[in-house]
Amino acid sequence: MTLAAVLVPPLLTVVVVLALIHRPLGDYMARTFTSGRDLSVERGFYRLLGVDPASSQSWRSYLTGVLAFSAVSVLLVYLLQRTQALLPYSLGLPAVPEGLAFNTAVSFVTNTNWQSYSPEVTLGYTVQMVGLAVQNFVSAAVGLAVAVAFVRGFVARRSATLGNFWVDLTRALLRILLPGALVAALILLAGGVIQNFNGFTTVATLTGGEQVIPGGPVASQEAIKMLGTNGGGFFNANSAHPFENPSPWTSLFQVILMLAIPFSLPRTFGTMIGQRRQGYAILGAMAAIFLVSLTAATIAELSAGGTAPQAAGSAMEGKEQRFGIVGSVLFGSVSTLTSTGAVNSMHDSYTAIGGMLPMINMMLGEVAPGGVGSGLYGMLVLAVVTVFISGLLVGRTPEYLGKKIGAREIKLASLYILTMPALVLAGTALSFAVPALREDIDGTSILNPGLHGLSEVLYAFTSAANNNGSAFAGLTANTPWLNTALGVTMLLARFLPIVFVLALAGAFAAQGRVPVTAGTLPTDRVQSTTLLVGVTVIVTALTFFPVLALGPLAEGLL
Amino acid sequence: MSSSRSTVRQLGTAVRALVVLTLVLGVGYPLAITGVGRLALDDRADGQPVTLDGRTVGSAIIGQGFTDAEGAALPEWFQSRPSAAGDGYDGGASSGSNLGPENPDLVAAIEDRRAAVADLEGVDPAAVPADALTTSGSGLDPHISPGYALLQVPRIAAERGLDEADLEALVDATTQGPDLGYLGEPTVDVLQLNIALAALDT
Repeated sequence: MTLAAVLVPPLLTVVVVLALIHRPLGDYMARTFTSGRDLSVERGFYRLLGVDPASSQSWRSYLTGVLAFSAVSVLLVYLLQRTQALLPYSLGLPAVPEGLAFNTAVSFVTNTNWQSYSPEVTLGYTVQMVGLAVQNFVSAAVGLAVAVAFVRGFVARRSATLGNFWVDLTRALLRILLPGALVAALILLAGGVIQNFNGFTTVATLTGGEQVIPGGPVASQEAIKMLGTNGGGFFNANSAHPFENPSPWTSLFQVILMLAIPFSLPRTFGTMIGQRRQGYAILGAMAAIFLVSLTAATIAELSAGGTAPQAAGSAMEGKEQRFGIVGSVLFGSVSTLTSTGAVNSMHDSYTAIGGMLPMINMMLGEVAPGGVGSGLYGMLVLAVVTVFISGLLVGRTPEYLGKKIGAREIKLASLYILTMPALVLAGTALSFAVPALREDIDGTSILNPGLHGLSEVLYAFTSAANNNGSAFAGLTANTPWLNTALGVTMLLARFLPIVFVLALAGAFAAQGRVPVTAGTLPTDRVQSTTLLVGVTVIVTALTFFPVLALGPLAEGLL
Repeated sequence: MSSSRSTVRQLGTAVRALVVLTLVLGVGYPLAITGVGRLALDDRADGQPVTLDGRTVGSAIIGQGFTDAEGAALPEWFQSRPSAAGDGYDGGASSGSNLGPENPDLVAAIEDRRAAVADLEGVDPAAVPADALTTSGSGLDPHISPGYALLQVPRIAAERGLDEADLEALVDATTQGPDLGYLGEPTVDVLQLNIALAALDT
């Protein structure tokens, strides 16, 4: 079978569905965030909150709202875990220890869903439902809100405000994520994803052995886990578990859920700024990277490189029979190209090159198409950098969408771009450079010997610093060092870029609009999209090539 | 400057917002989905329990082992894939092995399994398919490839004194093609196959 014969049919299905939904969904999201009308239920909610929905916030005030809401969220999820023994449906599980509870609270509030814990033996239904699943909704809504505020910065002229965070949060939840999750959960339920409060039951198997069968309110959590690009599994095996993802079509449906909002947001952006071609230029850059990465990963896994895959005759270690190689790689690629981090196969057991591609997907900064909201603002920051570089090359004052890219703007964009690599490389380097930490990492955390062990640690910090949440899951991350370091990484990786994006939005909003002249570099052409892809790839390659050469590249090529 | 006051005010707003949202999204929403699962659908929300002679023997979509207490294959049954969930097919500990492509333990495990399966089935080691040699992502994979199922037919026919052609027909009838004709791989549900096998053998 040729590559095209196995990859094109499922891929084409995804492309056709996205082509059909991105317009109505993108336009609907644009209307949602620009409408002057509030639903009556929303008005009641705003009264309760003491928020005037007509008031618009400065970027600092908007940021304060984001940070206040997120801080309270971390506290609530932490407390729920620490008091688990007192909560209903805790399945007899004790309170989660401090370090792990901190890591997990941060992980879900930052839309990362990194899991240092194994759910079956750590969390009861109440913490999952009332703590984690709620954060799956609201962290995605925060991402959407920040993206929309950033886009408003381009639309505004000589304005001091970006909109109201509480209104954006409420609308993202009530008008987009909750209706979407309701529909998705019902479809998953019909596909065999479980939804019950049965706890663990023990059955006598056909041959007289004993087997534990788990229960849980899974479908409701699974729906928002995918739609909100969160990714944290109800079970340890995540979407490889038959109760989370029973069949090839539910798996493809989950792939589409991950991509639906991120690939529709460029349309929302284009609609809001009144230049749809600009949105499609962004979409084109996302799609180009997406297709190349997915194809490369599929080739790598199908070729079964490496000693173990060669010994088995196929890279089926860690993969489910019903999904096969192609269905596994499609899911893994989409999950890391968005910031979801769910898995339906175990990336740690991928071929060296096949396992490097999910890492590269994250190292690109989660922009192809990235997480809900964060993918759009990430790619727009890269567009700002691209325009700046293009302007330098031809000696023109750089401007994007009528906004000048001055010193303050490029500083903020640069800080945004530098945050993630600094966190990845510092975290990984510290883990190996500090003798005490290295002993802990080597002795306790790393599962696989040799070069692959470095890859496990590199993958972990890459995942945390991109708020992805997937893992080379052989790594034991439930240690004081990794719980703390990855927790801090997730926090900084989520909120520092949000600070820079909102500050940048404030700077753009305060500007007037530069008229388009013959000297303006167009940003809605194939050429500009190509440049955007080039800048994205080059920034990543220059930053990460050396460390990739030490880990997966060496493992795959030696 | 009012910024600290505004921070305090927004913290209050955040607390109120999170309380209400937790009730709506963390309680109302999952209970609504649970209600629909109870009312509108069959046993899917409960994980499709399989009953045989009035007792539940497992789930139609969760794999199980057909081995003795030591993990040795029971030769009269079709065998599932190797599993890394607990001691094998432990539904309380779903997991892959997470062993990397160059891990010597994994290479050794694959070689051991190849020899063991070839020995059990009395076939050339090269004939053993990859799904028989590798653990799945969940450790609860309910499926094997049609090729692995057919490989086991002669052994089971001999053990039970059944006709190979009948067993091949059984495998054929249990084989599911890819979803919608093109998604995923063809599969054989091992529990379902073994239940059909038991029925055939009575």
